[in-house]
Amino acid sequence: MHTFFASFSFMADHFGLLADRTVDHLKLSAAAVAVALVLALPLGVWLGHRGKGSFLTVSISNIGRALPSLALIAIFLGLLGIGFVNVLTALVVMAVPPVLTHAYLSVEQVDPDLVRAGRGMGLTEWQILTRIELPLALPVLFTGIRIAAVYVISSATLAAVAGGGGLGDIILNQVSYGLSGVIAAALWVAVLALAADALFGALRNRLTPRGVLAGRSA
Amino acid sequence: MSSTLLAAAGPQPVIPDFGTVSSCVRDNGLFCVDWFTANFSSMFGPALVQHVRLTVIAVGVGFLIAFPLALLAHFRRRLVKPLGGLTSFLYTIPPMALFTLLVPVFGLSVLTAEIALVSYTLMVLFKSSLTGLGEVPEEVRRAGEGMGLTRREVLWRIELPLALPAVISGLRVATVTTISVVEVAAFIIDQGLGSPIIQGLQSPFNTQFIGAGLLAVALALAADGLIVLVGRLLTPWARTRRTV
Repeated sequence: MHTFFASFSFMADHFGLLADRTVDHLKLSAAAVAVALVLALPLGVWLGHRGKGSFLTVSISNIGRALPSLALIAIFLGLLGIGFVNVLTALVVMAVPPVLTHAYLSVEQVDPDLVRAGRGMGLTEWQILTRIELPLALPVLFTGIRIAAVYVISSATLAAVAGGGGLGDIILNQVSYGLSGVIAAALWVAVLALAADALFGALRNRLTPRGVLAGRSA
Repeated sequence: MSSTLLAAAGPQPVIPDFGTVSSCVRDNGLFCVDWFTANFSSMFGPALVQHVRLTVIAVGVGFLIAFPLALLAHFRRRLVKPLGGLTSFLYTIPPMALFTLLVPVFGLSVLTAEIALVSYTLMVLFKSSLTGLGEVPEEVRRAGEGMGLTRREVLWRIELPLALPAVISGLRVATVTTISVVEVAAFIIDQGLGSPIIQGLQSPFNTQFIGAGLLAVALALAADGLIVLVGRLLTPWARTRRTV
């Protein structure tokens, strides 16, 4: 128990250091999530709209889940060497599968009757996508983003192994910071992950039309 | 073997003293097959076995905890929210952080690793089991009751078999995730395929990283395939209907 109290005094004493590493950690995580969103979101939504590519998305998600984060960073250590690019690449590879599969599923599962009704009303494909499918898809789509964000923040800890910086620097360096420092940093990472989860949950509730949320009480 | 040869080769990779060094090893090539095979029995093999053992224990214990909880929540619906919330909360904590946080309490031990590993399996196993039990159509359940089955018989002969596919898909996800997290466990215990990676960090040698990484990926894919196969054998009735 003593170590836990010591970790709080470590936080007070080294607030600047922790804040510094947190900024690094968040920058790295945000960059990885952003790249993954740019790559996977349009692709997943488009495939879901076409209703094709379930095999592709399912296999990508299975393979993605099978890729251990540390192994991935290790493999990229071999391929790209130490540094930001390695870590960013590994994190993007981790974030793409959940975003892609959830984006696909979210659009694909929209009630086909609604889409047909939209066509009957003379909406263009773009209007069907933006006015019918996407609003209904948002809750599932956000689940994918939440999973990706938590994954990335959590795996960014391992980034320190490959010279990526962030809070992992402190966690992996017990020699310099002592157990209390390690625990303090670990607590911060845990809080960051939970906060990101809550943030995207709140964002989902904010962006999803009220009627869609009300229909999903289950 | 001569250490002078190595010194001449510049930065020294992690090479144990054995045999002659191939040019691939000397130049730290991307993947040296000869080094990998030569070190399999001493380094990668044991690590693989430990990895499997840690995973099997974690998923097994996780299932023994999560499945009864799902059954409980199935019969007492108001428990669904708190239990689901607790397991998701555990799932959200980053592995590295959780391992570190448990160390002051349980020490640098396998127990610490397993506690963290088990806590990651709970969410997936709980949710999939609960979903599986909940997806049994009401009419099927009532038909069973109409045939004179007791509540217990309905559970054993109707609900559990029909929930099996969902439970199995939960086991797949949990197993693959656990294999992934066990790598991180090597930071606190010197076991599993993460340990060659961590040992290699001091003096990076590509084959050691890539070998351990690829083995873990292969293990995950193999475990996934195995569970799918066992699942098919256990649910022969599901094969005809499910095309995806």
